[in-house]
Amino acid sequence: MTDDHVYLTLSEAPGEPEGEARWAYGTGFADPLLGVDTALPPGLDGADLAAYCLMLGDDALVLAQRLIEWCTRAPELEEEVALANLALDLLGQSRQLLTRAGQADGTGRGEDDFAYWREDHEFRNVRLVEGPNGDFAQTIARLLLFSTARHALYERLAGFADPVLAAVAARGVKELAYHREYATSWTLRLGGGTEYSAERMQAGLTAVWPLLDELFTAHPVEIRLGADPAELRGPVLAELAEVITEAGLAVPAAAPMARVGGRAGRDGVHTEALGLLLAELQVVARAHPGATW
Amino acid sequence: MTAWEVAADVPDPELPMLTLADLGVLAGVEEDGGTVTAWLTPTYSGCPAIAEMAADVDARLRAAGYDDVRVRLRLDPPWSTDRITEAGRRKLAEAGIAPPVHGLLHLGPTRRVVSCPQCGSAETEELSRFGSTACKALWRCRDCREPFERIKEI
Repeated sequence: MTDDHVYLTLSEAPGEPEGEARWAYGTGFADPLLGVDTALPPGLDGADLAAYCLMLGDDALVLAQRLIEWCTRAPELEEEVALANLALDLLGQSRQLLTRAGQADGTGRGEDDFAYWREDHEFRNVRLVEGPNGDFAQTIARLLLFSTARHALYERLAGFADPVLAAVAARGVKELAYHREYATSWTLRLGGGTEYSAERMQAGLTAVWPLLDELFTAHPVEIRLGADPAELRGPVLAELAEVITEAGLAVPAAAPMARVGGRAGRDGVHTEALGLLLAELQVVARAHPGATW
Repeated sequence: MTAWEVAADVPDPELPMLTLADLGVLAGVEEDGGTVTAWLTPTYSGCPAIAEMAADVDARLRAAGYDDVRVRLRLDPPWSTDRITEAGRRKLAEAGIAPPVHGLLHLGPTRRVVSCPQCGSAETEELSRFGSTACKALWRCRDCREPFERIKEI
């Protein structure tokens, strides 16, 4: 046997189906839903399910991309590792959700087709996840808002009609519990630290707060699927208020960021930041279409 | 060897002292005529090792003489650290990695007793809840001063 250690299999790999094309993790495993039953449950609209999976998958993909920008830049090594771990969880959730979208809409598009070959107006993420990180406190503030809301959503979706989305949510809710815990502990630490750290944490919360409401503003697809996010508004706001108050900070009173002609991220209307983020995310795939390694 | 025995003996790529069966990732193996289907349940959503696991199970089964091999993912129920077997927990401890505690994950300031895998002391502390892989946290022992990794409950 040559597979007693992974690096031996990478260098030798005799008789491997993927042969020499496999030198790094992930290669040769194109389908994150390999062999999972792809049938749609009766009564569930495939186009709606696909659109919903893109909304949630794009949220996770774009936030993962923002979080990994902290690699080599975080204040401490432990925090860099933590943020990269959170990004990895989100990326994994995104891969499954985008793959599910391509199954549900009948096009058979894969995760890479969605991640690398759509334009910014085709992304369905909320605007909360796409803006620049800001400082560490603002990154934590965004993470607190997103992970608290996404944890609450995944809890509900674990019983969703589509078994694949339900399984992603059931897996994800445990991961998001760690994300929320991380963001909460840093909010408390910065809020209860020095006057200066509290000031920065407060500024971070104030900066991201106007983007929170979009997570609770229903898109027609969500209504049709029986997944109205407005139901989460009360419980999530209460949870956030508890953490922020415990941290000795003030719950921001800022009004929600304006929509554009009634449209926002779920409709493909984004801020300029998303285009710049996607340029970096997509540049290699677009420079070398179809490349394998 | 049965197909189950072959698949169960495949080492985990990140924790090669454990097999996929020890880790609870191997969710089932079915033999139907000449076809073998092996089911894997990924640990974390983003665990990059699942690709290696699938390729290794496939290669081992083929090397053992099974020609028609299918490796599939089973997402439901999700993986939990409770699926790590007793043998798996023992092997982790022997390798200097603190095994997870049975039961649901406990977040927050609740104090858990985590024994140092080097000296056995209970005087340990968490340095970071996130470590070198998605499934591990970083700890240190206040007695022998050695840092160690720990599989965190999920």
